[in-house]
Amino acid sequence: MDKVGNNEAMSEHLVTIENVDMRYGGVDGTLAVSGLDMKVRRGEFAAVVGPSGCGKSTLMKLVTGLHIPQAGVVSVAGSRVTKPVSIVGMAFQNPTMLPWRTTLDNILLPLEIVEKHRRRLRAHKKEYIEKAEALLATVGLAGFGSKYPWQLSGGMQQRANLCRALIHEPELLMLDEPFGALDAFTREELWQVIRDLHASQDVTIVLVTHDLREAVFLADTVHVMSARPGRILDVHDIPFPRPRELGIMYVPEFNDLVQRLREEIADARAVA
Amino acid sequence: MSSVTGKKPFNWLPWMPWIYTVALFALWEFGVRLSGLPHTILPAPSRIWEAIIQYWPAIQRHSIQTLYTTTVGFLLAVIGGLALGLLVGWSRFIYAGLYPIMVGFNAIPKVALVPVLVIWFGIGTVPAILTAFLIAFFPIVVNVATGLATIEPETEDVLRALGAKKMDIMLKVGIPRSMPYFFGSLKIAITLAFVGSVISETVAANSGLGFMMSSAQSQFNVPLVFAGLVMLAVEGIAMYALMAWIEKRTTGWAHRSTMMAV
Repeated sequence: MDKVGNNEAMSEHLVTIENVDMRYGGVDGTLAVSGLDMKVRRGEFAAVVGPSGCGKSTLMKLVTGLHIPQAGVVSVAGSRVTKPVSIVGMAFQNPTMLPWRTTLDNILLPLEIVEKHRRRLRAHKKEYIEKAEALLATVGLAGFGSKYPWQLSGGMQQRANLCRALIHEPELLMLDEPFGALDAFTREELWQVIRDLHASQDVTIVLVTHDLREAVFLADTVHVMSARPGRILDVHDIPFPRPRELGIMYVPEFNDLVQRLREEIADARAVA
Repeated sequence: MSSVTGKKPFNWLPWMPWIYTVALFALWEFGVRLSGLPHTILPAPSRIWEAIIQYWPAIQRHSIQTLYTTTVGFLLAVIGGLALGLLVGWSRFIYAGLYPIMVGFNAIPKVALVPVLVIWFGIGTVPAILTAFLIAFFPIVVNVATGLATIEPETEDVLRALGAKKMDIMLKVGIPRSMPYFFGSLKIAITLAFVGSVISETVAANSGLGFMMSSAQSQFNVPLVFAGLVMLAVEGIAMYALMAWIEKRTTGWAHRSTMMAV
């Protein structure tokens, strides 16, 4: 987005959500989030945790412009969200790779959609393929581009899914429990992949998760949501310096923080 | 059979269809001979074979006619079914509006439509083609529409968040995704197309296997009736195999377990 003309506050916060209500299914429908306030700075890694059904996925859809709230304002990069915003990349728990495309063609898919790239794609195909292959290499999938998704393991598919979310160089990456379906070892590996991606690329990440250790390990700030209708109860700054190693999860300070978050969410559930 | 030599055991699997078919005909032959049933009730396979040889020029002509009407009707059903399936799968509103009409239409026995078609087009090839078309196109429509309607919501979200229009989602996801459903439905449609053309030929035609069998029946030539049935079975199996082959060639990605082994 054009930074010229933006004031200090706008360029500092990439995502601002102010007093947002979102109700599904008409006037008498369920209120998914109510009075939601959230701010994410440019370059920040924010994690959103909360009891299940608290509207975490609604938050995703509000920020990406898939849902427009009934009340309140969502802005991304200084402009109000009224339709899908293509500067965002998304990844879900289900990798949703298209089985008839190779991994490489799956990763190139967003470029066939995003207005800015689709006109250039044919003429600059080689350049884009190189970029996709470089991304594959960063997530440890070098040489797997020609494989079909069903020839990859669940963890590898999720890595490819991350590449697809990043190929159009989004300013904001929205992750909805991307590691939920993976085994513990693969999950830890992918935590490191995400950590390194965040460190090496100029990207802001919002991670929606129910795994508190994951949230604390990866994020700069952890936002705790209440039970439905969801709103942000508290924001915790995670003080651990970067780069963080997996070993950090076994120091007492880390576990104290996780324990505190756990209690907060237990309280949030009890209220509901 | 000894495993000492390390020789691979003979692979019976590809031969099983032939073995079972031969066994069925042998059982039939012996059954008829032992029971002494007259060939005007159930002719033995040897008697049917004689009839095939005896009447071959006529059988060949009528078989080609039936194959022709069936294939043309089937091709029309493919074009019409694909088009209507895409239309129905495109929007929930069209789907909701057209679905009950299509179900009602499909419930009408197609044999009841043949007299109407004869009034419009006269006796002969055209009603047979149209009956084959009418009976074959419903499964194609339903399958294509199902393929479009079952796009994973996450896939749609990912693409819509990137600014994809309905047309993009259809072209990039919907249509490729519905292809296995489409090609799968061709196997059902081709068999139904034979049913349609033969019904029409039986009721109102002067050529085709349906016509041949109904005239043979009126002359109590039961072996020739059975010869017609055998020809229909042969044509049906051949077309089915062709559709299965096309399905495998075009949508190999949907048969991943067999391709994994390669």
